[in-house]
Amino acid sequence: MDLFQYDFMMRALMGALIIGLAAPALGIYLVQRRLSLIGDGIGHVALTGVGVGLLLNQSPVISAVIVAAIGAVGVELIRERGRTSGDLALALLFYGGIAGGVVLVALSDDASSNSLVQYLFGSLITTSPEDIAVIAVLGAAVLIAMLAFRPALFAVCNDEEYARVSGLPVRALNILMAVTTAVTVTIAMRTVGLLLVSALMVIPVAAAQQVTRGFRTTMAAAMAIGLVAAGAGVVVSAEADTPPGATTVILALAVFVAITVGAAGWRVVRRRVHPPHEVEPPDVVLQEVR
Amino acid sequence: MSVENSNTRSVESSNTRNAESGNTPSVVTVRHAAVGYDGREILHDVSFEVGAGEVVAILGANGSGKSTLIRTILGLTPLTRGEIDLFGTPQRRFRDWARVGYVPQRLGAGSGVPATVGEIVASGRLARRGIFRMSRAADRTAVRDALTDVGLLDRINDPVTTLSGGQQQRTLIARALAGQPDLLVLDEPTAGVDAASQEAFAAALSRFQSTGGAILLVAHELGPLRPLIDRAVVVHEGRIAHVGPPPEPAGHHAEPDHDHVHPHAVPQATGICVAPTDRIAAN
Repeated sequence: MDLFQYDFMMRALMGALIIGLAAPALGIYLVQRRLSLIGDGIGHVALTGVGVGLLLNQSPVISAVIVAAIGAVGVELIRERGRTSGDLALALLFYGGIAGGVVLVALSDDASSNSLVQYLFGSLITTSPEDIAVIAVLGAAVLIAMLAFRPALFAVCNDEEYARVSGLPVRALNILMAVTTAVTVTIAMRTVGLLLVSALMVIPVAAAQQVTRGFRTTMAAAMAIGLVAAGAGVVVSAEADTPPGATTVILALAVFVAITVGAAGWRVVRRRVHPPHEVEPPDVVLQEVR
Repeated sequence: MSVENSNTRSVESSNTRNAESGNTPSVVTVRHAAVGYDGREILHDVSFEVGAGEVVAILGANGSGKSTLIRTILGLTPLTRGEIDLFGTPQRRFRDWARVGYVPQRLGAGSGVPATVGEIVASGRLARRGIFRMSRAADRTAVRDALTDVGLLDRINDPVTTLSGGQQQRTLIARALAGQPDLLVLDEPTAGVDAASQEAFAAALSRFQSTGGAILLVAHELGPLRPLIDRAVVVHEGRIAHVGPPPEPAGHHAEPDHDHVHPHAVPQATGICVAPTDRIAAN
């Protein structure tokens, strides 16, 4: 394809593919513990990090990783307390994060609405070779951590109390997950943007679990769907001249709808071919009611 | 104890455990334990012991504090006062959690991400193998043996949500057995479980006990577990109201003059022991 004779397109594709693999690998744990929207919240907090970076003329990716990681660990510590006020505390943190980011970006030398939009909705085309190096290293770290600790993370997300009684380092694993969430959100802000980050963590998992039976197969299928959606998103957005982040998310949603409809259709067909067994008679003597 | 042993323990390993138990005075020791939430005390001055190889049932009405008691023993709820020892070590310093197999009341609320029966049971193996080591053949054997023990090996690759409530409960006991514990702690294991599963449950527990394992369980109704129980501890209003032989055997409920008053139906103010008062009186 002609498009990929340009270096920036190759970089865009590489960045997207890394995120496409890493985001669902982390997202499956978040979905499992019903924290599907946490990525979105951490994305809000990361915007403050972007603001800090722009204000100090440092790399916004690095400062966003740091601020988002602090925010994510804070959220985890609130969650651990298990109080209902945690919900409210999260809301305060998220709104504080996005408001702080908007104010800090406005104060920086780079204060244009353009730079803000670039982080909110992604901007693959302006990704520099240095950015790609950071995305590749951090993305690989997230992926390795999520795959290597799969049994332990599964145990914690599936039944946290049981994991604690098993003597697993539950808090360390939770903080690992919080930090990798922050890292994933930040490296994904270049691809899909902070406002759509959660989508790449959640939608591939939601699509995969329509047809899978186990956790491991769901994870593999979600990563495959994420990879395809992210790759196709870059190509389609370049061809159709649409924003890559939103295009990727729409493609992932299309996969979700296709799998859901397909699976429902398959169940109907199977029921026609193998009708369910007759209901067993009850274990009591039934008398005819007149 | 050797990690390589499968969960249907060899005679050798159970002998080892019995030899060990000669030195360790008890598996669980609770001394003057008090527990409270938000300034409200739920358990006051509770003391009891579970000896090696012993099967102890904690009985009591809903809200009597019996579940809080085992959660405290497991370290899920902090102690306000008193002491708890596990295998002779103060609970705060106890690190050998692989020796404890916990069976919660039910599978955590499903999140929608599918998990197979085998995957759930394999997570019970982590306490033994640690989180840094990959799963080995011995780990997979332990998972299969544990599932065989509860009669669910044929469901190993099925999503756990396709199982009945009783089968899910058996999955949880298999998860605990996969870690080859020396103590099983069960929270209302037979609540809302079908008869076939209750029988499979009792059989698995009985095999566990026969290899020298100790069992501490919380129950509302003993059902088919009754013959296994060595000792009953009745908790009432946060105190121990009765320690001793298990309440009357199963036939009692069927007696013609038995008015079938269940613990939860007994008014809170009727004397020292609300729990199975009807059965204790018969002792």
